[in-house]
Amino acid sequence: MRPILMKGHERPLTFLKYNRDGDLLFSCAKDHNPTVWYGHNGERLGTYRGHNGAVWCCDVSRHSTRLITGSADQSVKLWDVETGTQLHTFNFVSPARAVDFAEGDKLAVISTDPFMESVSAIHIKSVESSGLQQGSIKTFTGPTGRINRVVWGPLNKTIISAGEDTVIRIWDVETGEVIKKTDKENGHSRAITSLSLSADGSHFITGSQDKTAKLWDTRTLTLLKTYSTERPVNAVAISPLMNHVVVGGGQEASQVTTSDRRAGKFEAKFFHKIFCDEIGGVRGHFGPINALAFNPDGRSFSSGGEDGYVRLHHFDPDYYKLQ
Amino acid sequence: MSFRWGDAEDDDYGLEDVVPSTQIVGPDEKGIKIITEWRKNEDTGKLSKLITTVRVKKQVKKMNPAVLQRRQLSKFGDAIGQNASDNFTVISIDEITLERPRTDGQTNKQDENEFAALQGAPGSNPSLVVCRACGKKGDHWTSRCPYKDLLGKNLSFDKPEDDVPGLPSAASGAPGKPTSYVPPSLRGGAKREGDSMRHGSRDDSNSIRVTNLSEDTREQDLQELFRPFGNISRIYVAFDRETGLSRGFAFINFVNRDDAVRAIKKLDGYGYDNLILRVEWATPKDK
Repeated sequence: MRPILMKGHERPLTFLKYNRDGDLLFSCAKDHNPTVWYGHNGERLGTYRGHNGAVWCCDVSRHSTRLITGSADQSVKLWDVETGTQLHTFNFVSPARAVDFAEGDKLAVISTDPFMESVSAIHIKSVESSGLQQGSIKTFTGPTGRINRVVWGPLNKTIISAGEDTVIRIWDVETGEVIKKTDKENGHSRAITSLSLSADGSHFITGSQDKTAKLWDTRTLTLLKTYSTERPVNAVAISPLMNHVVVGGGQEASQVTTSDRRAGKFEAKFFHKIFCDEIGGVRGHFGPINALAFNPDGRSFSSGGEDGYVRLHHFDPDYYKLQ
Repeated sequence: MSFRWGDAEDDDYGLEDVVPSTQIVGPDEKGIKIITEWRKNEDTGKLSKLITTVRVKKQVKKMNPAVLQRRQLSKFGDAIGQNASDNFTVISIDEITLERPRTDGQTNKQDENEFAALQGAPGSNPSLVVCRACGKKGDHWTSRCPYKDLLGKNLSFDKPEDDVPGLPSAASGAPGKPTSYVPPSLRGGAKREGDSMRHGSRDDSNSIRVTNLSEDTREQDLQELFRPFGNISRIYVAFDRETGLSRGFAFINFVNRDDAVRAIKKLDGYGYDNLILRVEWATPKDK
């Protein structure tokens, strides 16, 4: 395959997200402008100007009308997808790390970093056009360190969080209690950097700096599979079409210059979801991979790296014959 | 415009100067389109007729109307006014394949050690001693390589300027040599060429020839077939330049001779893709 290289960001990529139809790809980077690209040819459609810091995460509504972005400038912004206009800004006292729209797009969950005297927290906000206000509906605290990912569980009844304290927690949205969490035995041993739900939400994969990615059941939080690699994992994604998971990472950015490209292991590695054996690797980035996303049709995937490039790969026909 | 014989007769120039225009018939209900072209050979003046039959196939791609609508969106933000020459989106020149992992765990482990060594991690062998002859790390220096006879590489260890790149030959003061600048490619008896000229001085002693391959055997297939025997430094499949089909033979260079020997032993006469492979040394042994 000949990947499409998208060079719109001047700083390392942080997050990639496809919309539900898979025709738009949203990219966030440490520069201040989230960007939207066409998913079929990689053409840049527009940028969302307004943030004043690194953008860590984004999510797009089901009908691709609204985009939510969380930034290190201590704000979360809502955007009109098609015109790039700002609809609303939620202000926080610390950098926003992760955002996720709930099913129905009426609520959003936002995680904020520990900063100065404030601790890391998970906020639930109303994002309905009529009910936009600064206050949070609910705020959960407890985990130490950054909460790198928060996503909604099935039917918006739970929230799954994962972060630097290596524990994956499932929160009850109503009561704010932690229903389930991972223990030392099964869980990751170093900070969790990424979390990605499967297409149907029944299971999810987490990637960690302990050089493994783990597959979990969404409801019971039982460990299903472990995929081990030889480098810290920064990004994970589950193929919606094949029984594949893709894992990306590499040496930490601060150490990259100490080794050559080959030793840095900057490929996106494909694993068989069930047998956990390695299927192959896709090379190309000059730095660690920070973000991965599968097109919802499963026929292409994109990766974003520390090198500032987004690489969009459309699979060759023989990929679908792989087992 | 159709060609009429009568018109040509009346004109000043001869009939042979007129090339009839291309005629296209169809596509009919089966999608068959017939294109009739006339071509004239400039040298011989002969007219030739070329009939091309093409099947026209319509491929319908179902698309969400919302997606179609979004295709028409106007650009916003920094994307306003961008054009193709800005190169925000380029298609990679390199063909990237999904690289299959190595079949044996051994090399993976070796790779890991290498990774660790480069990181300077404790617990692993942090030595950066690399043997240029056999590629082993941390085991021995190139001049002490136990495999050097097997590899048959023309490595001359007695000449210091050969081993220390960048050292001017004048400094070594080799007797009988002019003290002027000698390019690296000519040092050490000019037997060894520069890295960029590697293909000129390729070490073919561990090269094996595979013949009676089927036409659709690709490099990757051979990689899969021969990889289990050991490290491969090169695979070359001969293709016909015109037809693009494999010519049925290939060369494979192994890093270690032992691996090549095993591969020959095992795969000579091996049934592959309905054909019986012939695997032998690429160069006669006595050479």
